[in-house]
This record gives sequence, C-alpha cells and structure tokens, in this order.
Amino acid sequence: MTHEVLDVRGQLCPIPVIRTQNKVKTLQGGDILDILCTDPGTLSDIPAWCRIHGHKLINTQQGDDEITITIEVTD
Amino acid sequence: MNQQRKAIALISGGLDSMLAAKVILEQGVHVEGINFYTGFCVEGHTHAIRERDRRRPKRNNALWVAEQLGIKLAIIDVIDEYKEVVLNPKHGYGVNMNPCLDCKGFMVKKALQWMQANSFDFIITGEVVGQRPMSQRSNTMPIVAKESGAGDRLLRPLCAKLMPPTLPEREAWVTRAHLHEFNGRSRKPQMALAEQFGITNYAQPAGGCCFLTNESYSQKLADLWQARKTRDYELDDIMLLKVGRHLRPRPHFKIIVGREAGENKYLEGYRHQFTHFRTVNYTGPLVLLDGKADENDVELAARLTARFSQGKNSESVHVLVEEKSGTSYTLDVRPLHQDEIPKEWYI
Repeated sequence: MTHEVLDVRGQLCPIPVIRTQNKVKTLQGGDILDILCTDPGTLSDIPAWCRIHGHKLINTQQGDDEITITIEVTD
Repeated sequence: MNQQRKAIALISGGLDSMLAAKVILEQGVHVEGINFYTGFCVEGHTHAIRERDRRRPKRNNALWVAEQLGIKLAIIDVIDEYKEVVLNPKHGYGVNMNPCLDCKGFMVKKALQWMQANSFDFIITGEVVGQRPMSQRSNTMPIVAKESGAGDRLLRPLCAKLMPPTLPEREAWVTRAHLHEFNGRSRKPQMALAEQFGITNYAQPAGGCCFLTNESYSQKLADLWQARKTRDYELDDIMLLKVGRHLRPRPHFKIIVGREAGENKYLEGYRHQFTHFRTVNYTGPLVLLDGKADENDVELAARLTARFSQGKNSESVHVLVEEKSGTSYTLDVRPLHQDEIPKEWYI
C-alpha cells in the first residue's frame, strides 16, 4: 500500500478531477492519495468522482486558501 | 442469453445528453459517460474564480449528471488536440469563434476511439435535429457521423425516429419504437420527458457550455491572435481571456485588470509571467501587462492601474511595478481620467 500526494493547487476544475482520475489509474486498491487543491469546486467534484467510481473519501480538510482531500483507491 | 450491449454517452452536463443516456439505460443497455475538456468549457473555472460566485453551489454538471444516472464518467483532457479544431475548422465558424460542426465531429471521433479501446458497441449523443444552427441540422448531422468515422454506430436517441435506423436499432440492441422524434428549438419535449423520468433538477436547459460561442470572449481571442501575428494559444492564454477587463492601449501590449478579489487572487498565480502592477496607497486591482512595453507604456499601464483603484480621483497614486525579471519600483502617477480611456481600448 502506498500513500501518495497529488498537487493540483492553482488548477481549476475540471483539471483537478482529470489529474486525480489519471493518477488513480496508476495506483492499486488500498492505496491512499492526498490531493492538494485550491479550487473550492474540488470540494464537490472530487467526492462526486469518488462516489461514481467507487473510491472511498477518507477526509477533507479546508484551510483559508487550501484544501486537502484524502481518498482511498478501491479495485 | 442475449449479450448486454454497451454504449458510451457524450455527457455535457446539460439536459439533452442526460435524457439521451437515460433513454438508453431504460432499454437495459450498459451506459457509461464521457466528457471532454477543451479549455473553453464555461463551467468549473468561471464558477470558481469570481468572489461573487464563491457562495454559489459549485458542481461539475457532467459529474452530477453521471451520479444522477448511476453511470461512470471519464473526463478526458483534449486541450492540445482541440487546437486544430479551433484554429483550422474545416466547416468554419458560427456567429463567433465557435467551430460547432468540427467540434461535434471531433468529440464523436474521440468517443469512437474510446469505444473501440474499451470494447463498447455504440455511441449516443443528446443531439436534436434543428436545435442548433450549425451542428444540429438535418443536413449536418450525417456529416458528423461520417467524418467522425462512427457511421451508424452513432445513435441520437432524442431524434432517432427522424433519421434512418442505425446499427443498434437494426440489430435490436435498442428498440426504435422507444426512441424519440424531437425536432427544433422548443424545449418542451425534453422537459416533458424529464418529468416523465422524474428528473426535476438539471442544468443549462438550452445547452451551450463553450466560451467560443461568446461574442466578448471571441473578440479577445481574435485580438490575441492579431497582436501576436499568429493563430495559436496555450491553455494559460485561453484561461486568462476568461478573467478580468482586457484593455489594449497600444498594439504591442494589453493589460488585464482584476475586477474583484476573486479575480485578483486568480491573477496572482500568473503574476510572475508578466510585468504587473498594484496600487500601494489605495485599494486596487492586480494588473498584468501582456506584451512588450517601454518606459512610456509602463507609465501608461500604471496610470490605468490607478484609474481602476480607489484612488481614481486622487492627484497622485503610488503604483508598485514588478517586472518579470523580479525588479520592482514604485511610480507616482496621476490616474487616467475616464475621458482619457478611448472605448476602443476595451477588448
């Protein structure tokens, strides 16, 4: 199991979703991915993408300017 | 036992593509969605940039539609490939810089590639005959099927009964009688079908999600090409055309003026790529200078920056100038009066 970080700060949706989707293709079930974002749209889009594709949303942390979304990849 | 057939649905996030996918899902076909990101898509960015929009609920409508339908959705980055469509559209542009017919052919072709790579059987779109002046006419819809290479594996469930039967109909993968014959610009048939399906919440009922159909945006893109003497663009170029006021005081440079806090914040991310300006003793915008500028041009840009600040009626405003090289200095300038800014400067 790996724990990786994807930095999409400064990118606007849907690019964070596309890069998450492409990153997840390289991971395996049980791997953890932290996605660093600044676009508030990611707060709805990445969880929606996870629900559609069956990946697990572990945590969402929202600071003043940055958001960290943690997901667990499923097979 | 019959094999379950698989369809890939082009999902824009609007009602028509949602209904088209739903019609086919209802026939027991396995449907997945595909959405293409060209860089010119309206939603997403625009909702995120402006401060006034930050309180609005934000969602990617294509993802939302997929979730409502219970289907998977692939979002595909086609930014680079799409350039050829924008720069050299075989069928030309619409009213603005919108190459709608080439665009539709391109997207169906990309969907066909995805279909073949993933062993799907056919493609569905939410097109309706007569709904769009360029890409959705009875004489142009066959062009999309032909030039994309999809041929009769392209099914338009909302108007299929007005067209010759496609392969999925002839092979009875779908039942033609349960498809539709929507025609024209009226939205009533779609709304009635949405009601029948219990769909009450949907976006962009009239479709349209591309900046290239926008007159102001198209003017900015044309200006960019004219100023650079070349028809080309990078993603950053087309993103910046969506943000701020754009003024071209001289042929060799323009300025981009943040209109509010959200835009200023967004422009911050680009400031190191441009000579940029901000007012020191008054609240004001972040201003980027795109192009080549001599000393006089920099002073003019500083005076424009002052004009768009809270100090616009002052005798003197301090403007911090930061060059791309990192060198910075302050100019004390008199803000330009409104009468000193010709309308032609606004792009």
